[in-house]
Amino acid sequence: MHKGNIAPSSPADRRLTTLARHLESSTMDSANQSIDVSPTSGFSGGQNSVFHHVVQAPEDPILGVTVAYNKDPSPVKLNLGVGAYRTEEGKPLVLNVVRKAEQMLVNDSSRVKEYLPIVGLADFNKLSAKLILGSDSPAIRENRVTTVQCLSGTGSLRVGGEFLARHYHQRTMYIPVPTWGNHPKVFGLAGLSVKTYRYYDPATRGLDFQGLEEDLGSAPSGSIVLLHACAHNPTGVDPTTQQWEQIRKLMRSKALLPFFDSAYQGFASGNLDSDAQSVRMFVADGGECLVAQSYAKNLGLYGERVGALSIVCRTADVAGRVESQLKLVIRPMYSNPPIHGASIVGTILKDSSMFQEWTNELKAMADRIISMRHQLLDALHARDTPGDWSHIIKQIGMFTFTGLNSEQVAFMRKEYHIYMTSDGRISMAGLSTKTVPHLADAMHAAVTKMG
Amino acid sequence: MASSLLSSLAPSAPLHLQDHVKQANMSLGTSKRISILSGKDFTNGKCFSRTSMTIAFNASRFNNITMAPPDPILGVSEAFRADSNEMKLNLGVGAYRTEKLQPYVLNVVKKAETLMLERGENKEYLPIEGLAAFNKVTAELLFGSDNTVIQQQRVATVQGLSGTGSLRLAAALIERYFPGSKVLISSPTWGNHKNIFNDARVPWSEYRYYNPKTVGLDFDGMLSDIKAASEGSFVLLHGCAHNPTGIDPTPEQWERIADVIQEKYHIPFFDVAYQGFASGSLDKDASSVRMFSARGMELLVAQSYSKNLGLYAERVGAINITCSSSDAATRVKSQLKRLARPMYSNPPIHGAKIVANIVGNPELFGEWKQEMEMMAGRIKSVRQKLFDSMCAKDDSGKDWSFILKQIGMFSFTGLNTAQSENMINKWHVYMTKDGRISLAGLSSAKCEYLADAIIDSCHNVI
Repeated sequence: MHKGNIAPSSPADRRLTTLARHLESSTMDSANQSIDVSPTSGFSGGQNSVFHHVVQAPEDPILGVTVAYNKDPSPVKLNLGVGAYRTEEGKPLVLNVVRKAEQMLVNDSSRVKEYLPIVGLADFNKLSAKLILGSDSPAIRENRVTTVQCLSGTGSLRVGGEFLARHYHQRTMYIPVPTWGNHPKVFGLAGLSVKTYRYYDPATRGLDFQGLEEDLGSAPSGSIVLLHACAHNPTGVDPTTQQWEQIRKLMRSKALLPFFDSAYQGFASGNLDSDAQSVRMFVADGGECLVAQSYAKNLGLYGERVGALSIVCRTADVAGRVESQLKLVIRPMYSNPPIHGASIVGTILKDSSMFQEWTNELKAMADRIISMRHQLLDALHARDTPGDWSHIIKQIGMFTFTGLNSEQVAFMRKEYHIYMTSDGRISMAGLSTKTVPHLADAMHAAVTKMG
Repeated sequence: MASSLLSSLAPSAPLHLQDHVKQANMSLGTSKRISILSGKDFTNGKCFSRTSMTIAFNASRFNNITMAPPDPILGVSEAFRADSNEMKLNLGVGAYRTEKLQPYVLNVVKKAETLMLERGENKEYLPIEGLAAFNKVTAELLFGSDNTVIQQQRVATVQGLSGTGSLRLAAALIERYFPGSKVLISSPTWGNHKNIFNDARVPWSEYRYYNPKTVGLDFDGMLSDIKAASEGSFVLLHGCAHNPTGIDPTPEQWERIADVIQEKYHIPFFDVAYQGFASGSLDKDASSVRMFSARGMELLVAQSYSKNLGLYAERVGAINITCSSSDAATRVKSQLKRLARPMYSNPPIHGAKIVANIVGNPELFGEWKQEMEMMAGRIKSVRQKLFDSMCAKDDSGKDWSFILKQIGMFSFTGLNTAQSENMINKWHVYMTKDGRISLAGLSSAKCEYLADAIIDSCHNVI
């Protein structure tokens, strides 16, 4: 009666081939091969799992930092891994204006939980487009923008990538080096082929502008180019306004398609409009572009997964057709987006006093981060830590690309219980006045002991 | 790259484009001008590459994109909203309505949300696999907390974006780890199933399921097609309340289906979107899944809380994969995470917290069960009323008893496309063109009107 799931040769051969393929990219330990059959499990003994060829995936390099941090019992541990804002007390922050909006939503007895349209909450979409493009944007006035609510930045990038892989004639996406670790995976799985362009110059700890121009200049016409709208992640190095203008000209001359990732609007300078300038510059020339927006950081809505994908098209007619095709990407992925976070955002964006409150809270967060930058720099100077650390205050946004190498990072984790990604990126948002000294000590030790 | 900017604009180009050119010329200054070329060059859509272009006035890069048709299911609600007729009735999407045809937020959900707000919980990222408390109660709800698979930690549960998102994660896993393996789907099945597998690049084929002659299950056809499929295929089964037909196998039939699946080393893949909505009992509706699990079979189960907790727009669900060892479950879970991260990074927190608070709290769980029975009860009573109205009004002798035999939110009326269109166009009764009506959208008060519409469409339209 109880028959096993033991696979005969043909499907097993297929799985063995798959196993061989995956051995290259994943770690594997001997435990994978063992079959754990408890005597009380009710099996007729010695069954293979149909999943026996599935190897253990490594932890995500960024989110895995928090996993490791959580496991550490040390009382002085510090999590500078993922970009999530912390207060001076080291606590997660829910913005006052967000609590207010949530209270309004819960108190509103007329609210229901019916499926949103595939493209999401209409108000949210319109207001999001205005936020990034400017409320007076001609592209919006001319109905040339389609905006669809997506699952934060990641979801917006993925939907945009899938759309391009299906409908755009050039399936190569150029990403800067370095970039957010998840970018190549998102676009690769979306069906695009991912190439790189030079961006960060470790020698100057600044922008390798010449390298950028050379690489974009030699990209095939029509290629897609990923641009960080502001507060480049992980380096914190942004082009100047003049450099943005040159990038724009170069890209338009080669018909390169811009795909902006805007995850930090308001967090870079503290001002929402300033942080949108790069995007608006491109839209102002009448050309097309994609913009992925996230409210994870600037509205502190991390876990609610709120974001939007806007595609600025040449004409309203094209925008309408593009929107219809975006729906075909979304429906088989998750049908329609989650309502809660988008409702919070919509509530805040449409109310001018709540919007004002938001800009104040946003500026306070950005200012605290800037102050941490100065405190860390001062602390390193006070310790006479060798090296030029001025990039700590020059870099923009949530992160500092310290320049520490992976050995130094490992040292700091082991000896000082400081958690960061192995590329040396630290989230300033995770620092406080109290913890800056500990970090400075760790950096000093890492630099002096490990060169 | 010095001198000129070029814009290819036909003189006959729309005025607003010409304005753009004027504006651009103004902002560029006199050293760089945009010239207007002949119409022929523009309409050929060619790019003029001899000189550099800093303003892009060529045609849209997306010009050849065609308008996609509206979604066959979700598009029905859109059409309904656009209809101004006062008799209109929306029997399209499977969303529960009260007798007053209003959407329904469960009391227990409102309680949970109030609690959550009072506690002032934060909005930090969930882990990629979702809220741990949610995953725990979700697996227990499905398999039963005393189930061996749970006690032995052999279930990999990952929070997903409701049913659709959970199916998509599973499909992505199949594509990666079982390349070439097919998914067998019932004929008919939920319209979005094939889209999910197509986009995930997983091949699929159909097994016979619905017999229009008997308006029942084509059981022999089903078994025969499952047997005929190559070994190691995935068989997509609706755990209860089959969508769109409402026709479920009997317990004995489920056993035979399990036999055939085991014989062929197929892997059962359950879609459980209506647990509690079929019979009114959460445990009873999970019996097919539990029976397969008790046989020691490894299963995939996609779960949704859209209907049974009325959390539609919160997008809450899970993919559960039971494995023959806890080690396999750990590895499978790690690979599901690896697929979720480049799709949306981590799932939304709000709906998951609602579920964890309700299902994890005995008092709220008890209240939920009562509201669940009430919703399922209303649908059963509306089925009865519709059946009674059909019998009273139709003297053709046609057997309408399938309305009572079918289970869950939907009824498969047997109406064909033309007849379904008649329902929409003449009677303003919105339904999907496969003949499916959602009884969740029907009130007792509207049963007679619906009966008239069905009788007319059935007998007067070919």
